[in-house]
Amino acid sequence: MIETENLTKKFGDLTAVDNLTLHVDDGEVFGFLGPNGAGKTTTVRMLCCLISKTSGSAKIGDYEIGNRADQQKIRRMIGLLTENVGLYEELSAYDNLDFYGRFYKLREQKRKEQIEYFLRMLGLWEKRNDAAGTFSKGMKQKLAITRAMIHDPQVLFLDEPTANLDPEASKTVRDFILELKKEKRTIFLNTHLLDEAEKICDRVAILKTKLIAVGTPQDLRRSLSGRKIKVQLQRVDDTIVDAVKKIGFQVTEITDNSLVVDVSNPEKENSAILKAIEAAGGHVQFVTEIGSTLEDVYLKLVRG
Amino acid sequence: MDLQSAWAVAAKDFKIFKRKSTVIYACVALPLVVGIAFPLVVQYALHYGKGLINVVTLPRFLDAFSIWFLIGAAIIPTAIASYSLVGEKIQKSLEPLLATPMTDGEILLGKTISGLLVPVGAIYAGSIIFMVLMDLVTQSTLGYLYYPNWHIGTILLVAPLASLLSVEINVIISSRLNDVRTAQQLGMLHILPFMGLYIASELGFFALNDTNLLILAGVVTIIDVILFFVSKATFQREEILTKWK
Repeated sequence: MIETENLTKKFGDLTAVDNLTLHVDDGEVFGFLGPNGAGKTTTVRMLCCLISKTSGSAKIGDYEIGNRADQQKIRRMIGLLTENVGLYEELSAYDNLDFYGRFYKLREQKRKEQIEYFLRMLGLWEKRNDAAGTFSKGMKQKLAITRAMIHDPQVLFLDEPTANLDPEASKTVRDFILELKKEKRTIFLNTHLLDEAEKICDRVAILKTKLIAVGTPQDLRRSLSGRKIKVQLQRVDDTIVDAVKKIGFQVTEITDNSLVVDVSNPEKENSAILKAIEAAGGHVQFVTEIGSTLEDVYLKLVRG
Repeated sequence: MDLQSAWAVAAKDFKIFKRKSTVIYACVALPLVVGIAFPLVVQYALHYGKGLINVVTLPRFLDAFSIWFLIGAAIIPTAIASYSLVGEKIQKSLEPLLATPMTDGEILLGKTISGLLVPVGAIYAGSIIFMVLMDLVTQSTLGYLYYPNWHIGTILLVAPLASLLSVEINVIISSRLNDVRTAQQLGMLHILPFMGLYIASELGFFALNDTNLLILAGVVTIIDVILFFVSKATFQREEILTKWK
């Protein structure tokens, strides 16, 4: 649904996005991670035909970014939640949505149905006639997402949808995105919240001007952070540690009664490690695999 | 160019203006003052002015008063046009708007309509009040109804052109500023030529008669066309998102 090849954006001497090549499948929720200034918003703006690309190519569906004739078609098939909600605070929730519905040539009846459907879904129907300026941050964010959805777009771009929200509001917005995910919409989610990406996204990409990594959160954790096991013992001593090291494994963490060991294939290697520990006089209580978090991977990659 | 989309932008702005009492007051204050206060001044002068205004001098006074509708037409859109664009910038509502299928021209046209219609409507309404009240006040002195006449007709022809000039200048200025008041102050500078013409005519250097008003209409039209292209060149999606401060 979304494809980019060597997509690049320069502002004068500054390269904001450098040779970005990626593809996002139809119906996929794709997380775009990166620190501030990594080029996430610039990428979304290019894909939404808001700013031009410097070089490379990108497509949304069958339409080419940068091709004048395709720009209107792309804008019709996408919905964008901008980093700042940008609602008309003086207008009611209903009027905000009705205003945007008009640009997509939705007939009045269809607009009414769409507005009612989404406002009811988000629990805002009762407040439809209230000025958007009176809404809480979370309600505004939900209204802004609805605005991006009003024309039933095939692709939804969400730029930091939970930024600056309190935990409760974040959860509401996240739950809403999960609801949208069930509808098999293609969602391109810009975020720097790794927990959010891990919960919502099918695949994630990590950007720092250049694309650093892309894959499912599980794949990234495994391939970039390796696998670890934690062996719980009655007591740990140097003999046990040396025995594990002697058979070729790295012990990364030692406490009074546990060891953390780097492994590549715990299914096959655990038995050798446990035998070595037992032979050195250790009494194993249990073994667990420690999953590294997406945050570990992210920090490792972003810090270079 | 999709006129329905442009109209949707204008209609949205009208809804916002309705909730901004300061914008409404700014639009109706001057036409009401000129339309009501000036006839009252003439009424007072005719009764208590001891010959200050007579059947010979009265038409000159009336023509001078009516020029204020032209000056008003240049002033009033500043309040709306500067708010209209700077307001969008402050609320950060331009980016979502720019992500819709609307073209730059349609957004600009919508903003121009919203900046133009209310002030021109207020000027026309004020001028009708002015003409009716002035006729009531002056008919007994002049012996005939002074209004409507070609002079105020010419003024009301130039007025929308002056308002359009004001809107276009404010679009250009607003694109560089984030503060409504500063935008309004700078946007007011364009009334200086109109004030200059008015003062020059009052001092006898220049006659704001029908012919000169028609020439003025032609000049303002040419400037309007030039400024339209300048404002269109200023109003570019990429510029707005990356360079508008």
